[in-house]
Amino acid sequence: MIVLRLALKSLANRWLTALLTVAAIAVSIMLLLGVEKVRVGARQSFADTISGTDLIVGARTGSLQLLLYSIFRIGNATNNITWASYDEIRQQPEVAWAVPLSLGDSHRGFRVLGTTTEYFTRYRYRRTHALELVAGKPFDDLFDAVVGAEVAASLGYKVGDRIVIAHGLGSVSFVEHDDKPFRVSGILARTGTPVDRTVHVSLEAIEAIHVDWQGGGRVPGQAISADEVRKMELKPKAVTAALIGLKSRIATFRLQRAINDYPREALVAIIPGAALQELWGLVGIAETALAAVSWMVVATALLGLATMILTTLNDRWREMAILRSVGARPATVLGLLSAEAGLLTLAGVLLGTALTYVGLVVARPLIDRLYGLHLAIDPPTWGEIGTLAAIVLAGVIAGLVPAFRAYRLSLADGMTVRT
Amino acid sequence: MADRPGTTRLLEVEAVRYRWPGEAGFALEVPRLSLDRGERLLLIGPSGSGKSTLLALVAGIVAPLEGQIRVLGEDIARLGASARDRFRAEHMGVVFQMFNLLPYGSAVDNVLLPLSFAPKRRARVGSHLAQETEARRLLARLGLDASAIGRRRAADLSVGQQQRVAAARAMIGRPELMIADEPTSALDTETRDQFLDLVSGELAESDAGLLMVSHDAALAPRFDRVVRLADILRDGRSVPVPVAVP
Repeated sequence: MIVLRLALKSLANRWLTALLTVAAIAVSIMLLLGVEKVRVGARQSFADTISGTDLIVGARTGSLQLLLYSIFRIGNATNNITWASYDEIRQQPEVAWAVPLSLGDSHRGFRVLGTTTEYFTRYRYRRTHALELVAGKPFDDLFDAVVGAEVAASLGYKVGDRIVIAHGLGSVSFVEHDDKPFRVSGILARTGTPVDRTVHVSLEAIEAIHVDWQGGGRVPGQAISADEVRKMELKPKAVTAALIGLKSRIATFRLQRAINDYPREALVAIIPGAALQELWGLVGIAETALAAVSWMVVATALLGLATMILTTLNDRWREMAILRSVGARPATVLGLLSAEAGLLTLAGVLLGTALTYVGLVVARPLIDRLYGLHLAIDPPTWGEIGTLAAIVLAGVIAGLVPAFRAYRLSLADGMTVRT
Repeated sequence: MADRPGTTRLLEVEAVRYRWPGEAGFALEVPRLSLDRGERLLLIGPSGSGKSTLLALVAGIVAPLEGQIRVLGEDIARLGASARDRFRAEHMGVVFQMFNLLPYGSAVDNVLLPLSFAPKRRARVGSHLAQETEARRLLARLGLDASAIGRRRAADLSVGQQQRVAAARAMIGRPELMIADEPTSALDTETRDQFLDLVSGELAESDAGLLMVSHDAALAPRFDRVVRLADILRDGRSVPVPVAVP
């Protein structure tokens, strides 16, 4: 139809403005979809940090704090659990397995976790994924260490390297356990969880490096060499926290209450899933702010579209009077103008969506590597499709407003064609 | 009054009153105005005298408050807005003072434009190919070489060329009535006379009427009949006073 062809020619004549408008919409759509993908990815990664564990036990503290230091390696434990208490919990009939966690030392900014080899088989992330070694094997010798993927990558470690563990948690520590160096025995595959940023050693090793320490430093004149320490009996007196797996999840709440009411020591047991959700509730404010910002960008792009159409109004006004004079109905004329806005918005939405997926494919490995954030490349959800359709509709309306204004003016002016 | 075969009346305006929406106080009254088939009528009046409003009424772009506007026997004042649009598309061609053309289309595109809205006119012209041929014939008839300017953007044409393209558009498919609002005011005398002669010639062939308004009484000799607007309008703003034809 000639009218459509002329409308397209009119648009083609304004191709630069139209292109910029489409680009602005596309960028806003990329931001909107990108934020959504990152949000979903972050929430999923977050929720997937630990699974398969029914309870986390620590000294009495807030549940978030326990979750943060035991799983996310953020902050410090104020207190430890005595080995006796840990042992007693482990002996409970409902308990299938228990993995002790001992924290407090670091290696060049990465936390050192003292645990048992069972940690490598019991810890689960992304629901069912178990930890895997890309090189070497779990610790075997007293001074063996298994490093997380990020530790190995950023410090360039390979199996067999010697490392020295520092006392305390600073990234630059002057108090080091340099008399008892460790050997990297294994490197874990990347998980996207805090495990990547952890140096794992045995519980006994934690005891060994502190055997001649008291308080915050070495006891002068009482140095015990690495060889001597091997002959000693290294029984831990305390652990920082413990992961507990139950034989039946039905017992979770009962055991949780029993631990919380443990008479000989102030303990707390948390359910990881519930604590993760509580934590996400706090972090989630940022997510809302991010979504609000991207919606504002979309609104800005649509305002730009309306502005572009308004600036062409004088020309369109003339077009409208001419089309009316040859017998076009007002609906046809209004339709043409708002179809243009709709077409531009649709082009922007499609381009933005396509670019988002291209960006995802390109950036995903990088984001996974740098931030341990696993972004899913899924087709758009119905919710997203609905959002995009609503944006196209908003574009049509943004075009309809100036179009309707032009139409009213053309009616009031009758057949006068203005300059 | 129905359109009987052989009736020579093309347009009949009776007791029409009109008021622009939102403009209280201003009203236009046309007690009577008529035009026969094939007749060329020139309405003369100064600007602001309601000429354009009268043309908008006859073209059916606006509807009167009361009164009858019969074109080919059909009272378009009774029709709904979109029926008036269809009626205008089929039976009328409109030429404005200037800026008649969609600037991004070619001259031929612009001439063909009304056919999109008027199936009968389209049928009268014929096939797609015939439409293009007819557009070029009309352009040639009006002194434009379609092979030279037919594919050029309308915006690149001179004002005189644009007005001829607009006239060709108003005549394609042989509508019965051409309505022209000061179509020659942007043209010099020579171009103006040539334009009117060429349009008149083509209109005569299709037995179409011409209703044209102008402030320029010098055009009078080229028309069958000349009417001063002051004689047919009763302007609601003021007491009608006789206006002498210059």
